[in-house]
Amino acid sequence: MADEALFLLLHNEMVSGVYKSAEQGEVENGRCITKLENMGFRVGQGLIERFTKDTARFKDELDIMKFICKDFWTTVFKKQIDNLRTNHQGIYVLQDNKFRLLTQMSAGKQYLEHASKYLAFTCGLIRGGLSNLGIKSIVTAEVSSMPACKFKAH
Amino acid sequence: MSRPVPRRPEYHKINRDLLVLTYGALVAQLCKDYEKDEDVNKYLDKMGYGIGTRLVEDFLARSCVRRCHSYSEITHIIAEVAFKMYLGVTPSVTCNNSSKNEFSLILDKNPLSEFVEELPAGRSSLCYCNLLCGIIRGALEMVHLAVDVMFLQDRLKGDSVTEIGITFLKQPEKKKYRRRK
Repeated sequence: MADEALFLLLHNEMVSGVYKSAEQGEVENGRCITKLENMGFRVGQGLIERFTKDTARFKDELDIMKFICKDFWTTVFKKQIDNLRTNHQGIYVLQDNKFRLLTQMSAGKQYLEHASKYLAFTCGLIRGGLSNLGIKSIVTAEVSSMPACKFKAH
Repeated sequence: MSRPVPRRPEYHKINRDLLVLTYGALVAQLCKDYEKDEDVNKYLDKMGYGIGTRLVEDFLARSCVRRCHSYSEITHIIAEVAFKMYLGVTPSVTCNNSSKNEFSLILDKNPLSEFVEELPAGRSSLCYCNLLCGIIRGALEMVHLAVDVMFLQDRLKGDSVTEIGITFLKQPEKKKYRRRK
């Protein structure tokens, strides 16, 4: 077991490091988010391999999403996803009302515009996990009020 | 009467694989961005410094350590309390010189390089865990101690153990201010 504080600080430094080495502008902003997302992708792939070593085969997509919401999220963030919604046509929305990477940042609307930088890594994490379970997806995140956030996978 | 705050030890913990894999992804990304090993090492040290300056507050708040009276005590606390708290390992401490300001932390198993088999080709002078050096340096600087931290031995480079050397530097003479009577 490692400590949460260390990971949170490492994650924050990664985000600020990536942004510091990039210049201003919309294109650069997108590039930074992509970099962070790709790092999360690698980590997600590795994590899901270790977690599903001994689990049974998944029946369908919904089963996989339930695994991500319950077991995967619990092992990584020590809590489950609070709400999972789907339209049964391939779009899933995972809602976390107290996302661990945002709790220390603010408890409302402050710093909302910076939230996307800190969610890019986790989007990649989910995308990497799904990819190694056989689902190709695009994961986006939206925040309306910290520390609750929604991850959309489709 | 005040109720004692219920202790939830699990709350502060996170999966170690997540930390190790994230660190690996970070180093991989840095190797892609920078060609020279020294640049990667310097960047990791700088990042570690930023983390250390903040981590020390969390450490002091949670560990209730007493005031230290010697460099040896400080090094022991880093090894036995801080490393244990944050990485779950306890390095052993040795003193390297008679003037008692050079110490080594010796790790049999480095948790951050758990999944690393060997350094990539052409990256032989990469200090994979240089983040740790920066963290120790940043943390000690926040408590007004100037140190030099570097890797003396590295398992990934073929040595038998991983050894981190801490050298406490002499503080510059501070001006003494007389109180106005």
